[in-house]
Amino acid sequence: MDCEFHLNVIPRGAKRSRGFSRTSRRDSATSRRMTGETVIPRAAKRSRGISVGRLRIRSWARGMLASLLAVASAAAAAQTLTVVSWGGSYGRSVERAWVEPFMAETGIDVRMEDYNGGLAQIRAQVETGNVFWDVVDLTTPDAVGACDEGLLEFITLEELPAAADGSPAAGDFLPGSRSDCSGGGLVSATVVAYNEELFPGAKPARLEDFFDLERFPGRRGMRRVPAANLEFALMADGVPLDEVYRTLDTETGMARAFAKLDTIKEQIVFWEAGAQPPQMLADQEVVMTTAYNGRIFNAQILESQPFTIVWDGQVQETSGPGIVLGTPRRAIARRFIEFVSRPESLAGISKYISYSPTRLSANAMVTTHLETGIEMAPHMPSAERNMRRALNSDWLWWADNGDEMNERFAVWLTR
Amino acid sequence: MVNALNDKRVRAALLAAPLVVFVAVTFLAPLVTMLVRSVYEPAVADSLPATLEALADWDGRELPDEEIFRTAGMEFVALNEERALGSVATRVNRLQSGMRSTLLGSARRLENDLPEGSWRDAMIEADEDWGEVSTWLAIRRAGERFTPRYYLNALDLDRGAAGEIVAQPEDRRIYVSLLWRTFLISATITAISLLLAYPLAWLLAHARPARAGMLLLLVLVPFWTSLLVRTTSWIVLLQNQGVINDLLVVLGILADEQRLSLIYNMTGTIIAMVHVLLPFMILPLYSVMRTIPPRHMQAAASLGGSFWQSFRRVYWPQSLPGVAAGSLLVFIMSIGFYITPALVGGRTGQLISSMIAYHMEQSLNWGLAAALGAILLLLVVLLYLIYNRLVGVDRMSLS
Repeated sequence: MDCEFHLNVIPRGAKRSRGFSRTSRRDSATSRRMTGETVIPRAAKRSRGISVGRLRIRSWARGMLASLLAVASAAAAAQTLTVVSWGGSYGRSVERAWVEPFMAETGIDVRMEDYNGGLAQIRAQVETGNVFWDVVDLTTPDAVGACDEGLLEFITLEELPAAADGSPAAGDFLPGSRSDCSGGGLVSATVVAYNEELFPGAKPARLEDFFDLERFPGRRGMRRVPAANLEFALMADGVPLDEVYRTLDTETGMARAFAKLDTIKEQIVFWEAGAQPPQMLADQEVVMTTAYNGRIFNAQILESQPFTIVWDGQVQETSGPGIVLGTPRRAIARRFIEFVSRPESLAGISKYISYSPTRLSANAMVTTHLETGIEMAPHMPSAERNMRRALNSDWLWWADNGDEMNERFAVWLTR
Repeated sequence: MVNALNDKRVRAALLAAPLVVFVAVTFLAPLVTMLVRSVYEPAVADSLPATLEALADWDGRELPDEEIFRTAGMEFVALNEERALGSVATRVNRLQSGMRSTLLGSARRLENDLPEGSWRDAMIEADEDWGEVSTWLAIRRAGERFTPRYYLNALDLDRGAAGEIVAQPEDRRIYVSLLWRTFLISATITAISLLLAYPLAWLLAHARPARAGMLLLLVLVPFWTSLLVRTTSWIVLLQNQGVINDLLVVLGILADEQRLSLIYNMTGTIIAMVHVLLPFMILPLYSVMRTIPPRHMQAAASLGGSFWQSFRRVYWPQSLPGVAAGSLLVFIMSIGFYITPALVGGRTGQLISSMIAYHMEQSLNWGLAAALGAILLLLVVLLYLIYNRLVGVDRMSLS
């Protein structure tokens, strides 16, 4: 929208200013031509009349050519699969661990595109019947929403490849890790991380410390959404993991979560995009922040930032690719999902970023980081010693209550 | 002669045709579709015809009878088998949180185990929500094809059991206050932009050509720079450990723990948006001021007017069309701004656009997004009409 205004406004201001004399001259010439007051335009008119005829023939030929080209490119495009993911370091991991080996194995051409999550694009494509995204990487809550809304193809467990030992896929997935429209995917975690340099003495070690301004003063980063934050608040307030969502279901439990958030409200710096929290930590804008574990991992490993993840208290979310309903490249899209959902493909991502597979049998295949050679298992959200206090984000609960929570959270923000 | 005239008209119309088509396709059509979406929601009505027909005669006070339970239950199961119940469930869920899993969960249970006896008992056993009158009211209401509910929702209103309009519970009233805040922040931004732009435009319009060109370039270079780049530069400058705070601390003006919160709040939104929108104020002002002959001020001075008097009675009225155009432009643009407040707005600097984006992208509640958009549109049109009365649009666009 900002761009549209740029286009509209410059000429408008320009019309009146002598600074843009070329534009204004052309403008006044146009207006004179329109009224047909002078002689010169008439000549111009005649010559235009002839060229219109030629133009018509030419444009007819051009149209033919264009449609021939379109047919040809459509035939080629039928074999080019468009895969959409989040970009950044994660997108590069997808490209190297999934897309490149898939192209090598099948000979199918894949084009990658980035997006920022959200479903508006997919819905627009499905509703207009003009689907050009074939496979989209989705968080499980988004996949559930899109699946409900009829924007994605259904994928049953029977269609997905078997586990590493040959047993059926059905028993190989973490419970609740995929929607009815997702292939195999990855586990990421929202965690608390801090900058070592800012805590020379005692260091935060538990989730409670995030809410403890007395022992650990300083500003905290937090994503400006209710998801994960409400869970963190209750966990830090002493609610056992298996009672978090049951507690949130009650009015008093909800009030308790917001009351806990209130205790640090004045010290919170809210972030929006996943790239922001590591940046805020590096700038020392905050002393601690919630963040996606993969982003912190990258900052630690690739940029040698002195960041530490507090694994005591994490909220795990899953994601996985789905197929946009009505894509003309459905068959090759299914092949891609099949390829990605193999245990070895899912484990392959961990060569580049610290997200673990949603398939149990794939976890044993996690090896080392390709670039630095470090052992990846300890950095995974699902590593045993990181799991001591891990909550699975309940997308069923969020599907039921997300809208209401978003409104309540927004009210809390403005209060 | 008449022919020639007609010919001319036809040709003129043809010349304008591409633009008309372009505007119709890229602007009017989406706008109309959006406005339709805000009042028209056929999905549930199309999916549950039998249930809604059965519910039409229901009094809405006591639990429906066995017949309605059976009709509804069978329709839910049939829809679930076609995997079409999900979109119905999300829509009913918008009226009552929790209905998504109530509908989908019960349908799955009934599908596996079709009741031999009472559907009513079986459904209440599957999910106790079916024993609540409000559940059935929500389904009936979601089945309304033409509905004011998105507008009610956008104004923090709801409908009670008997269909009367009631306020939303306090902890869910967000849209009206956000609209207000959007309005206030936009007005503030417009006022600050005007204060900053007016002297600059004066300088531009009355400086020597060479210097004016330089100054204009300084205005235009940021104008041509990407919005994202400008917004993130403000983050670098304004943040707690940023350039400005560091400078103040180094100069001893502030102690280290007194650093100012200039960003991730309303201040941040206002500063960054004023910077982004300033050229839209400067350019119209500049183009109007150029046309005001310097002689007018000299004449006023020669008649004995002080600078302030001549400015107020001679210059200001003539520059008013530019002020009006710039203010309207900046105000309308800031009302719909999204990226900048999202990145630097933190907790208190968010505008209504953040909610519209949420309903477009996440909740897929396009009806509510459309209603919020329509309310903004209405505000802008109202504002335009007021301006038109006060200043006159013809005066505003022509200098």
